[in-house]
Amino acid sequence: MSFLEMLDVVNEQLIRKHVEPIAFDSDCREGICGTCGFLVNGRPHGPEPCTTVCQLHMRAFRDGDTITLEPWRAAAFPVIKDLVVDRSAFDRIIQAGGYTSANVGGAPDGNALPIPKPAAEAAFDAAQCIGCGACVAACKNASAALFTSAKVAHLAHLPQGQVERQARVLNMVSRMDREGFGSCSNEGECEAVCPKGISLTSIATMNREFWRALLGS
Amino acid sequence: MTLDSRTPSGPLAGKWDRHRFESRLVNPANRRRHSVIIVGTGLAGASAASSLGELGYQVLSFCIHDSPRRAHSIAAQGGINAAKNYQNDGDSIQRLFYDTIKGGDYRAREANVYRLAQLSVNIIDQCVAQGVPFAREYGGQLDNRSFGGAQVSRTFYARGQTGQQLLLGAYQSMMRQVQRGSVTVFAQREMLDLVIVDGRARGIICRNLITGRLERHVADAVCLATGGYGTAYYLSTNAVNSNVTAAWRAHKRGALFANPCFTQIHPTCIPVSGDHQSKLTLMSESLRNDGRVWVPKNAGDTRHPNDIPDGDRDYYLERKYPSFGNLVPRDVASRNAKSVCDEGRGVGESGLAVYLDFRNSIERVGHDVIAARYGNLFEMYRKITDQDPYKEPMRIYPAIHYTMGGLWVDYNLMSNVAGLHVLGEANFSDHGANRLGASALMQGLADGYFVIPYTLAHYLASTSLPTVTAEHDAFAEAEASVQGRIDRILAVKGSKTPRELHRELGRLLWDEVGMSRTDAGLRRALSRIPQLREEFWQNVSVPGETNNLNKNLEYAGRVADYLEFAELLALDALERRESCGGHFREESQTPDGEAQRDDANFSYVAAWEFKGVGAMPALHKEPLDFEYVKPSQRSYK
Repeated sequence: MSFLEMLDVVNEQLIRKHVEPIAFDSDCREGICGTCGFLVNGRPHGPEPCTTVCQLHMRAFRDGDTITLEPWRAAAFPVIKDLVVDRSAFDRIIQAGGYTSANVGGAPDGNALPIPKPAAEAAFDAAQCIGCGACVAACKNASAALFTSAKVAHLAHLPQGQVERQARVLNMVSRMDREGFGSCSNEGECEAVCPKGISLTSIATMNREFWRALLGS
Repeated sequence: MTLDSRTPSGPLAGKWDRHRFESRLVNPANRRRHSVIIVGTGLAGASAASSLGELGYQVLSFCIHDSPRRAHSIAAQGGINAAKNYQNDGDSIQRLFYDTIKGGDYRAREANVYRLAQLSVNIIDQCVAQGVPFAREYGGQLDNRSFGGAQVSRTFYARGQTGQQLLLGAYQSMMRQVQRGSVTVFAQREMLDLVIVDGRARGIICRNLITGRLERHVADAVCLATGGYGTAYYLSTNAVNSNVTAAWRAHKRGALFANPCFTQIHPTCIPVSGDHQSKLTLMSESLRNDGRVWVPKNAGDTRHPNDIPDGDRDYYLERKYPSFGNLVPRDVASRNAKSVCDEGRGVGESGLAVYLDFRNSIERVGHDVIAARYGNLFEMYRKITDQDPYKEPMRIYPAIHYTMGGLWVDYNLMSNVAGLHVLGEANFSDHGANRLGASALMQGLADGYFVIPYTLAHYLASTSLPTVTAEHDAFAEAEASVQGRIDRILAVKGSKTPRELHRELGRLLWDEVGMSRTDAGLRRALSRIPQLREEFWQNVSVPGETNNLNKNLEYAGRVADYLEFAELLALDALERRESCGGHFREESQTPDGEAQRDDANFSYVAAWEFKGVGAMPALHKEPLDFEYVKPSQRSYK
């Protein structure tokens, strides 16, 4: 039984007693949509590495264990109800520049611009971010550096991302600050809990991109 | 009612070009005066929102999730088809068109499918321009793999997360339009009714899922991109929040529902493990490029799979279909899995599973190459089953995955309700009775990026739309009806949970309207569904209020709609007394057990008109003409 199916069972029992069930978010239940997420015994998504809470199974616990659940804790993620928080700040960070300005129509042939396999792979590694917010929840500063840097790094690795490279990093970092996320102090809790294994080197890339853009070189 | 598909005349290859030329345009300065509601933010909805936003329309985008990026397109694994012929292996637009028509068992419109094949090449270009990190060869060129129902390699992919990368590309484009002010996102909103004014779709009623308030939204046109109805079966590969509600409520307001019995059962899913299971997980079709499907030759062989020598294994797909082997289309692979399990040769505790074995491929190309191709899928399998597919074969079994049926639309993707457009999986248009792998992503993006910008402009330019406000009687009436339904659900205060009722409905549909259907079984389903519906309204338990986040209330509303929709699903399956694609009627099969179509009597789209809950709907038929492909008995041997 998966962890969320265990919660379904708890909720079924509550509903039968006409008690309001525990509110928690989930959707795909296969670890890719990023909807689910809360602290399990103080750790985002629970004890297994590289695993969203929907992919966590009860075999990770022993009979009789007491399990404590808490919502993501961050000023930028207000709690809506029980384990559900508002993560719309992430959307606003992407709105600040997490895209290439490529209108529909007239794109050149897909093979017109060869991309070295290592660059494509590095871009993919960063692009895997599911936007769940575990990185923010794990960080003592509630920083969104891993989330923001994953998008900065994804596009910085690709030729398509070069045109808006400088404006992108400046605008996204500024938006991140304005949303109330804290600063990154490079302790790496985010990487340790990221269900997609996004690497701390994304943050290093973002910092380099940021200084490069700021100094205008 | 006559169904006019508005298919342009003239030669097939020139239809779309001519249609675009003949369609009316909206002047750039006038576009900002037009507003469009788009419900759903999957590939179809997000791509439509971004492309219409780019053109300058005022787009109002709605989703039930906390962010548009969560829509279920994100979970698509294997890839997206395009007739690029980068592999020089004989592909062409004509071949993709032919494969799709044949794969759909000759139950799709030729003109729509041809347009889809034409647009497929633009989709790849657009996604590359967005920075979608597709898999590449060492020379920097895009890589391809093969999918079922094709003998060429035309599937583009991004590891096992193609849907995620394509959706994020569309989502990011849409976020860019939010920044520019042309798209406004209404997240955590569930559409609960369509509002029709003077015969035209002019708005929606939705519930703000956080505050519980009902909201009225007005626009010049409405686009539904709300996905399929696979979750009616309870256990499916769909996300747990995917639902039929928006489409069903539009149907109740007059939109015809076409071919609901065309459901796709995907052959490679992780088998059901117990009663508490909330969903099934797909293992991508791409695995059949390197995995071989088998069961023991003899029933009752309980040896560990690694101890069963080749001589005692039956690689039944390779044996029965030597030309396509493990890459036969999904409907064929699923039915064969069922039939070997029915023979008692299924494996695993339940006996409802077959093996998908990578041993030979790992020997041939090595562990690392297989890990690079499918690493995330193998890891997902290990997490769920606690077994290592590098060391022992996967166990797989078919599960509901996709629905080809949906709201009826014409060539312009407009339903019979003027102004109501339907995109992506929510419409019925392109896949006939069976969708080929890697074609859903293609259709969603074709509809959103490349079709709706033209056809919607034509609608807006050729229609006189008087000013309508949210105070209009039609909005008040719709809101009152939504409120009434919510109040009724909360007032039942019974003892069964919505999940229990949903699970029961799902089991019934899987047994009687699943992989194999009979006249008697369908009649059983049709007599049981109204009873279940009655039980819901007598005995459902929904604690809490409507004035805040109440997920159980949302869920109960969706279950109530499945209980109405399921009846139409079973009825359509009963009326279609032929087998075709994913719809297999046991009464209609060839001597060797393949689906036997009946073109003389059933070469049509069945479009149903709502006549009241529990009342017999009216059937309208759109005949299918095949001018360019001659329907024949499908053969993958």
